[in-house]
Amino acid sequence: MTDAPVLVPATGPDTSGRSQWWDVWDQFKTHKGALFGAAVFLFIVLAVTLGPLVWTLEPTFIDIRARNSGPTLVHPFGTDQLGRDILARMMAGGQVSIAVGLTAMLISVLLGTLIGVTSGYFRRLDNVLMGLTNLFLALPLLPLLLVMVMLFRETLARSFGPEMGTFILIVSAIGVTSWMQTARIVRGEVLALKEREFVLAARSIGTPPRRMILRHVLPNVLSPIMVSATLGIATAIITESALSFLGLGFPPDFPTWGRLLFDAVDYLQQYPERVFWPGLAISLTVLSVNYIGDGLRDALDPRIRGR
Amino acid sequence: MLTFIFRRLLLAIPTLVLISLIIFLLLDLAPGDPLADQPLSIPPEVRQKMRDALGLDSPAYVRYLLWAKQFFWVEPLYFIDWAIGTNFSDGLQRIVSWQFRAPVFDIIVQRVPQTLWVVGLAYLVGVMIALPIGIISAYKQYSWFDQVGTFVSMIGFSVPPFFSGVLMIVFFAIMLPWFPSIYDTTLVVHDFESFGQQVRQMTLPVMVLALQTTAQLSRFMRASMLDNLNHDYVRTARAKGMTEKVVLLVHVLRNSMIPVVTVIALGIPSIFGGAIITEQIFKVNGLGQLLITAIYANDLPMVQTLAFIFAVLIVLCNLIADVLYGLLDPRIRYD
Repeated sequence: MTDAPVLVPATGPDTSGRSQWWDVWDQFKTHKGALFGAAVFLFIVLAVTLGPLVWTLEPTFIDIRARNSGPTLVHPFGTDQLGRDILARMMAGGQVSIAVGLTAMLISVLLGTLIGVTSGYFRRLDNVLMGLTNLFLALPLLPLLLVMVMLFRETLARSFGPEMGTFILIVSAIGVTSWMQTARIVRGEVLALKEREFVLAARSIGTPPRRMILRHVLPNVLSPIMVSATLGIATAIITESALSFLGLGFPPDFPTWGRLLFDAVDYLQQYPERVFWPGLAISLTVLSVNYIGDGLRDALDPRIRGR
Repeated sequence: MLTFIFRRLLLAIPTLVLISLIIFLLLDLAPGDPLADQPLSIPPEVRQKMRDALGLDSPAYVRYLLWAKQFFWVEPLYFIDWAIGTNFSDGLQRIVSWQFRAPVFDIIVQRVPQTLWVVGLAYLVGVMIALPIGIISAYKQYSWFDQVGTFVSMIGFSVPPFFSGVLMIVFFAIMLPWFPSIYDTTLVVHDFESFGQQVRQMTLPVMVLALQTTAQLSRFMRASMLDNLNHDYVRTARAKGMTEKVVLLVHVLRNSMIPVVTVIALGIPSIFGGAIITEQIFKVNGLGQLLITAIYANDLPMVQTLAFIFAVLIVLCNLIADVLYGLLDPRIRYD
């Protein structure tokens, strides 16, 4: 038995100065839909953040004489029933909607990862935490979200101001009710990782649990976390719009895409085109984010990469 | 299997009790006063008597236990009385809605048919469309049919019901006045014409809800079929000389239906949640709309009962999905 270690020269491209993220990007590029989705999402984000610098009309400026006007040069998307410019309102609404989506996603992913890793890594906590996850999964979420918003809106609005209060409320309500899927996926991955040799090796040299989780476990569960984070943005945006659509979101003078859609529905008979822009913006954002998630899932899977 | 079902049912009880407690505690924080809409001319001592009668000032645990007693004991008794004509429940207080001043369950019974008709039919239609689409796109993977199917289901995922519903109204009720945009609940089907009217008013909400179901299920069906198409038994069946139709629809389909059936069962409660928005758009006065109005009107007994019924549905469907999985898949045995 001659098991002399044969030195295999490193195959493939030289890895110096080239992190694995370049491989991920290479794979991501081959997914046409994902690339297109990323471009559309980038465009929407840039349009709502940089757009107000170019289109300087105030979203709350009331020009009552120009109310209900159709698309003109002065108002490319027309104006609403108070003469406010719909393009400016769309950009302001997009900022809020995307900010809500990103923040709620962050909360939900942080919570989900925390609970998933703890319950997968520490066997004693597993039963309790997974019981909690299953309990949350059995809760009727949309009714509870509506109730939460209804109950705490006044209190938070009083302490943080109507806009900030509603933002905090909606973001945390969505975050607290959407972490369960991430937690389940992460727990499954952690359970599988714990059986691997490198974890055993790290433990046998006496790595404390904290460093174990941060150095060895977390980097290896990063890809499912990233995918569920991407998809989380989409669900958060849809949930916020649904709340606004039911009239339980942000205050009326504070536009979000869902709120704009809700307001436009009242004028559906006279100006049906007005529901089009906010609805299209929501759908396009969600569609592009879903495609990005799809591409990321493929790109982050090393078994598919390079094929 | 029976012991498994029994054990799961027993396990469901503490879960449901906990959920009802969570809902109750959340609602208990509500700032609203149920007597706020009473005239201001009521003298304070009378007002206090009304509060006592509603039991508003008793401690939280008393109110929770009272609700639990009414939900789990009094209401079933009422149902038994109604079904077989006994009178066990005489003199027992039922859950009363603050908004309607009537027993909560009487109102729910009025609303259930609309929800079941619209939501149930939509789910059925969605499943009926999704399964063939999933089968064909898996069999002809990467064909134009598959590409179109993928794209359409992506759109179904991404376009929320409050936009697709409004779009349908714009196209099919305003631009082309084919269908009514508002669901008329008072319509009684008694002849052929009123039946046609009923079908027309149900078309739009059913289409919106079915689009959602189709998008999710057809993807799932496709993935499950693809999983099975590469197995050895498929090659064996083909080698035995079976026709493609038999291979696909008897061998592969039966095996790929196992996970799909459980997903169909799991989707039932979520469709009730999604129906809240659709019912609001088309003004269907079903359960979802009842919940929204109850939340607006601060009608806590109604919200508590409805939210709990939704939770029961979720737990029950989870149980059904698990049991179905065990029944359909011989590899899975719950001892």
